[in-house]
Amino acid sequence: MKARVHVMLKDGVLDPQGEAIRHALGAMGFRGVEGVRQGKVIDLDLAEGVTEADVAEMCEKLLANTVIESYTIEMG
Amino acid sequence: MRAAVVVFPGSNCDRDLAVAFERVGFDVTMVWHKETGLPEGVDIVGVPGGFSYGDYLRCGAIAARSPVCKAIVSHAERGGYVLGICNGFQILTETGILPGALLRNAGLKYICRTVGLRVETTDSAFTREYEKGQVIRIPIAHHDGNYYADDATLERLRAEDRIAFTYTENPNGSVADIAGILSPNRRVLGMMPHPERAADSGHGGTDGLALFRALAGVLAPA
Repeated sequence: MKARVHVMLKDGVLDPQGEAIRHALGAMGFRGVEGVRQGKVIDLDLAEGVTEADVAEMCEKLLANTVIESYTIEMG
Repeated sequence: MRAAVVVFPGSNCDRDLAVAFERVGFDVTMVWHKETGLPEGVDIVGVPGGFSYGDYLRCGAIAARSPVCKAIVSHAERGGYVLGICNGFQILTETGILPGALLRNAGLKYICRTVGLRVETTDSAFTREYEKGQVIRIPIAHHDGNYYADDATLERLRAEDRIAFTYTENPNGSVADIAGILSPNRRVLGMMPHPERAADSGHGGTDGLALFRALAGVLAPA
């Protein structure tokens, strides 16, 4: 079983790295990029019996800082 | 009068902090991150600057889940004093002892220079030797010092007079120019600037010394 966790800064929290990427894309001539948000992807290899609820607890306690970040979990 | 300075893999201001405590009369014990308890009778725990665990995942995130951090949280919950500087401040926010979080600097650059700090409150064991509104010069050295807290948290910090220091010229995008904050019981201070690097004339400035002297004044046995 595998789980993929996406961690993103919450809406409203400034993402200076995303902004830098947006500027760089503009400077390279790519048009029409109105916003960039950078996040993290964390892949977990899970033993039999580990549930999505377990992964959610891992997110709450370590993988995301829920003061500034939100997360989504894909199981499968 | 006993201080403990915690050492994580990647801490690099631990000895500077120990020297600053020793200069004002503390007996200092260095405590490795795998320890599950603090030495008996510790009055204050120093959480030093550096790059604990290589800043992996988020600055301070792994350190905040280390065995010694459980002991630091218990110490704080019992009313013990804690001083977290730079990475130490990041670790204290990750443990939840202090509110908010430290984000990447708004200008994306690592900044290492001496900045002006305004003392916003003298109502703490850390700041009582300064004057309210006094401007002191203290070095900063960080990549992730951009303090963030939501509006409700900011409102609470202001209402409870828990903003210890603000930047006179905001170097990193911190909300409300915040450089350091206090816990609700005012015994835990987290700050990005390094007072231990301005505590000896050889450092080029001594404005940080009053913070350590003030602590010694409060914690000295009667």
